[in-house]
Amino acid sequence: MTRALTLIRRRLVGSIFVLLIVIIGTFLLLEAAPGDAVDAYIVSTGGDAGMIELLRHRWGLDQSELTRLANYIWALLHLDLGQSVTFSRPIRDVILERLPTTLLLMVSATALSFGLGSALGIYAGAKPGSLRDRFLSIGSLALYAVPGFWLGLVLIVVFAVDLRWLPIGGIESLASEKTGFARAADIAVHLVLPVSALGFIYFALYLRMMRAGMAEAWRQDFVLAARARGLSRRRVVFAHVARNALLPLITMLGLQSAQMLGGSVVIESVFAVPGLGRLAQEAVASRDTPLLLGIILTSAVLVIAINLAVDIAYAFLDPRVGASEAGA
Amino acid sequence: MSPLNRFLHRPETLAGAIILGVLFAMALFASLLFPGDPQAIAGPALLPPFHDWSLPLGTDRLGRDVLAELFHGARTSLAVGLAAAAAALLIGAVVGTLAGFAGGVVDEVLMRITDAFQTVPSFLLALAFVSVVGPSLGVVVAAIALGAWTGPARVARAEVLSIRERDYVAGARVIGMHPLEIAFREVLPNALPPVLALSSVIVAAAILTEAALSFLGLGDPNRVTWGGMIAEGRTVLRTAPFLSIVPGIALVLTVLGVYLAGEGVVETAAVRRSLS
Repeated sequence: MTRALTLIRRRLVGSIFVLLIVIIGTFLLLEAAPGDAVDAYIVSTGGDAGMIELLRHRWGLDQSELTRLANYIWALLHLDLGQSVTFSRPIRDVILERLPTTLLLMVSATALSFGLGSALGIYAGAKPGSLRDRFLSIGSLALYAVPGFWLGLVLIVVFAVDLRWLPIGGIESLASEKTGFARAADIAVHLVLPVSALGFIYFALYLRMMRAGMAEAWRQDFVLAARARGLSRRRVVFAHVARNALLPLITMLGLQSAQMLGGSVVIESVFAVPGLGRLAQEAVASRDTPLLLGIILTSAVLVIAINLAVDIAYAFLDPRVGASEAGA
Repeated sequence: MSPLNRFLHRPETLAGAIILGVLFAMALFASLLFPGDPQAIAGPALLPPFHDWSLPLGTDRLGRDVLAELFHGARTSLAVGLAAAAAALLIGAVVGTLAGFAGGVVDEVLMRITDAFQTVPSFLLALAFVSVVGPSLGVVVAAIALGAWTGPARVARAEVLSIRERDYVAGARVIGMHPLEIAFREVLPNALPPVLALSSVIVAAAILTEAALSFLGLGDPNRVTWGGMIAEGRTVLRTAPFLSIVPGIALVLTVLGVYLAGEGVVETAAVRRSLS
């Protein structure tokens, strides 16, 4: 237990440094963007030069860069991301409103890619070098080469336009006023295509990792010993080979979370899913840089939290992970 | 067997090499085969493919020649993919070498910065960078490289850590070489092979990122890109799906070719090393 606690503490301290660097980075991008908050405000409300001066002074924009950075961090500590010009609302509220949709999409897509990838990876890795192993390995590589947004469009053409089996986009039927189970089912139907588009891209990664891990495990002495003891092939594959190959996949789960968030930007745009990714695209389209950087900060916090959770889960799953190695 | 024969012996690698060869030819001869502006109107709008043999793949919503756009798009995809990957590998190798060779505080700071870049979704970072600086070919290359250098940096650092204790590094110290000179002339070149092994994955990812950026309208507006073509076709997805599907197939084949050829190169190199 103390081992896990030490690990968590180390990770937390490291994460704070990383987050600070991300914040400085977003601050620099915010400074580099043409125009500042006052310009954006004046464009939307109108005002004369005197008013601009007054606002610059009141919002602290006439101070030195270091002071502005300090003010920025101070505001962030109060979970204040500033005001969105496009939505005329606090950025934090806009983001929190969109976050659950993206999380739902990400969790579903991760479950799909991890589940299908590891299952097919075990199927391929159970017989290394066999025809099905070769076929699955090349097939997954081909799928890994497919751009997610294009796969999304193809799925729309086939399943929404031609076959009319599934809705073309959105997260739920508009003005359907469904509640409870009916609404959940409606959302699930809308999620089938975006989750497939996002999940299928990454499923190849898990398949290939599982396969490679199993190929490695087959060469280990304990597998030889298990076979020598006369265990059934099925038992050797599942209880010894696959089990040992599964651990690195869990680390990958954390590392992939950032990629998934990035991928959801295009997928949400293709399927008009009102999540964080679509919000990022809207922020780019309306040149709302503070909103875009708020999304980036939120994503960074999310990725750090997910990786922290994965590390902790890992420490419990694998007794070999000592707190000393984990801190590196 | 010579290395080239061994390289082309595996059918997957041969397929990858052929795809890349065709692609490079398309990029090289784009201006020769399709002189003039590929974004100029060439015929009636929305001509379906295989109808008029002067416009074999038909025309898009504005009457532009799809085949010409495809050839010119190959140029952008390859140029951006290769340039961004080269920049990412260079930044990664330099940062990784500095971190691994210097150690201590320098290492700690550089690796935390690497962590920070890995924490931010690289596509969001590219999106923010392009939208702040403004879309042009150079900016797109920089934006992609910004999110891709962390992998090479980690690999280079790990390799440098194992190299810096070798005898020839100690020898270089004894003859009084400057530490930076040792780091970049003695250590870095020897740490490169595993870093370069990442290049096919990075080129492939860079091509896909460029496509996604231009799909969202953040590519260089003066150039034809496959991502931009897919976005164009999306507006007429119901009536003319081929406009989005054709450039997508080109993208898939390109990325697949890079993967297959890359795997072949890495395996050929591994065989050669085990033979020597």
